[in-house]
Amino acid sequence: MNIFIQYALVIYLLPLAAFGIQIFLGKRLPRQGDWVSIGAVLTTLILALAMFAGMLLNYNPDFETRAAFTWIDQGAFQIRMGFLIDNITIIMLLVVALISSMSHIYSLKYMAGDPRYSRYYAFLSLFTFSMNGIILADNLVLLYMSWELVGLSSYLLIGFWFEKDSAANAGKKAFLTNRVGDIGFFIGILIFFTAIGSFSYGDIFAGVAAGKLTGTLLTLGGVGLFMGAVGKSAQFPLHIWLPDAMEGPTPVSALIHAATMVAAGVYMMVRLFGLMTHDTLLLVAYIGGFTAFFAATIAITRNDIKQVLAYSTVSQLGYMILSVGTGAYVAAFFHLLTHAMFKANLFYGAGSVIHSMHHALHKKKDHETDPQDMRNMGGFKSKMPITYWSMMASTLAISGVPLFSGFLSKDAILAGTLSFAGKYPQHFLLPVFGFGAALITAFYMFRLMYMTFHNQPRRPDIYREIKESPREMVFPLVLLATLCLFIFYTLPNVNPLSDEGWFSTLIVARDSVVPVEMGPVIASEIEEGMHHSHYPAMGISIVMVALGILLAWLMYLKRRLSPAAWADKLKPLYRLSAGKYFVDEIYAKYLYRPVLGLADRIGYLDWDLYDKYFINGFGRVTTWLSTLSGKLDYDGLDQGIIDGIGRVIRYFGAILRGLQTGRLQSYLLFALLGIIIILVFQTI
Amino acid sequence: MEQLNSYLIVAAILFCLGLFAVITRRNGVAVLMGIELILNSANINFVAFARFGGMNFSGQVFALFVIIMAAAEAAVALAIIINLYQNFKSINVDEAQQLQR
Repeated sequence: MNIFIQYALVIYLLPLAAFGIQIFLGKRLPRQGDWVSIGAVLTTLILALAMFAGMLLNYNPDFETRAAFTWIDQGAFQIRMGFLIDNITIIMLLVVALISSMSHIYSLKYMAGDPRYSRYYAFLSLFTFSMNGIILADNLVLLYMSWELVGLSSYLLIGFWFEKDSAANAGKKAFLTNRVGDIGFFIGILIFFTAIGSFSYGDIFAGVAAGKLTGTLLTLGGVGLFMGAVGKSAQFPLHIWLPDAMEGPTPVSALIHAATMVAAGVYMMVRLFGLMTHDTLLLVAYIGGFTAFFAATIAITRNDIKQVLAYSTVSQLGYMILSVGTGAYVAAFFHLLTHAMFKANLFYGAGSVIHSMHHALHKKKDHETDPQDMRNMGGFKSKMPITYWSMMASTLAISGVPLFSGFLSKDAILAGTLSFAGKYPQHFLLPVFGFGAALITAFYMFRLMYMTFHNQPRRPDIYREIKESPREMVFPLVLLATLCLFIFYTLPNVNPLSDEGWFSTLIVARDSVVPVEMGPVIASEIEEGMHHSHYPAMGISIVMVALGILLAWLMYLKRRLSPAAWADKLKPLYRLSAGKYFVDEIYAKYLYRPVLGLADRIGYLDWDLYDKYFINGFGRVTTWLSTLSGKLDYDGLDQGIIDGIGRVIRYFGAILRGLQTGRLQSYLLFALLGIIIILVFQTI
Repeated sequence: MEQLNSYLIVAAILFCLGLFAVITRRNGVAVLMGIELILNSANINFVAFARFGGMNFSGQVFALFVIIMAAAEAAVALAIIINLYQNFKSINVDEAQQLQR
């Protein structure tokens, strides 16, 4: 075992151990055991940093190490479990360890005094463990197991405040919606397994390269895997769970629903990119592009600060999926990395604001006002400067302003999309989605910033009580805001307009292994295309972003344009956006209610017909039969035969009893007779 | 040999008489007397076989033992009959039939 595998093993198992300790002993430990989880996750962070350093020292784009053991051995049927570690794994491990550590630290204050404080940390550890499983897996079984574990821990954390109906329902919704995607995922896994006979990535890639699985089945297998990503990464039409998941504690939203769990889908697509055929990728691209645009338009009209971020997350994930679809999967992974930093930071910022609002409202004994509603905020800039500036850095990053990390990754995605559309002009919609979403992203993010931090306070009474959050909460903000600068992603180069650097050196695209007739993606072609459309994409995106920011500035800061008037002018569009395109309502009307109705019908069949007549009928027949057999048994068998034997014996007994006279002499006589009979027989 | 046969016939008649007495007499003492007859018939046999069978004196010795044993038996049996009388106010053996119930 080399050192990377050893580190990975510790990283993998330590949070599990922390979970075990926390869930069983947490309440009895001092400080409710938060130090156990935090210690575990900080250790994983250190180890991940060490692995990262090792990766940088190696500086080898082809670095890869595996370790596996046979888990189930049934002769011909074998399942091997193991880790696959390459540069992608290491970067992802670092992202998860970092964001997870930040969430743990942030929660120290955010969750302080919660009645289930220790359990909260236990669940965080469980989540970290499951997520690391997804990252490290070298086979689809471990991937799928961890995938489901992530779903479970996500359910537990979203519904953490299960006293609130909305939180309990949100957890349920997330779990069930994910399940829909996971069914497809499972089918996809089984398609690959039946064709190739192994779950290991290596075998599967080799198998597909050798043509063991081609044609429509390969496309369908890819679509199946993608369905898993649709569920987990909240893509249309399964995006509905993510906004509801904001019911969970805010550090959880930052950890799970911004940086890591939702990125699992993208990570999986990046890992298994080589198995995707052209047709699969086209579907991926359209779903991603549509989601990016669609979710962005919903985010415009949200008033809840976390809802804006939730839809923004959906939209950004759409970007990544779009990028995978266009073949530029390295750009997708790059965006995953930068997005994890700035989106987690935005959530921490929002959490900081909400925390502060909570305290203010608590002080005023006001339990009516919604602490997450941006319409109750405004002007917080001077009260919460650290939160403001760190959030501002992230906002600039997510909007794609030069000098910030998001600019580089988003530009790479848009370049990829543009070159894709250049190659296949009939798919011109994809870049339209991409650039449109870029404009809208800038708009809604600055709307959020202006509504929360700028202008006059809308509620001066609350404003007076607003305070900057404590150190534990501010520290992650500052750290992650720093990581929004482009320089961390381009070292050793310092050109803010190019993503050349350690990342682009260490993570190189590989050709996909699908057969030629299925339209494999050739990495060099993609790179070439992206290179050509780099500057046009950059130009357009800068213009779009500037337009978006200008619009937000005019509407929400300078108030030259009235948002209300514009909403009125574009009433149908506004209503669609405000109603979230009524996806939930459509599902309720055309999916949930018919299904429930059907369930009612079937329930009627089951309860009122089947149970009442068939099952109960069985019961009645059985009762009747047993009465009959009882009669036979008691009156026939017992009374007749069993008691009969007794009676016969008694009768003969009464007769034979006469022989037992009790007179010695008669006994003697019998003895004499006996002897005579014996003697007679002897002589004969 | 004819002499032995006549002894044996006498002994057999005596045995039958004793047995008859044991079976038919109701009086306990009479039953006891029947038993004495049976024992004595056995004695006759012992002596007769000893005399004609060439067995020295062992038959006679055995007969003496039987007489001694008969005396002891008579003592025990009479004690039993006295007990019988105390319990049933009678020495008729057929009245002692508690076992029947």
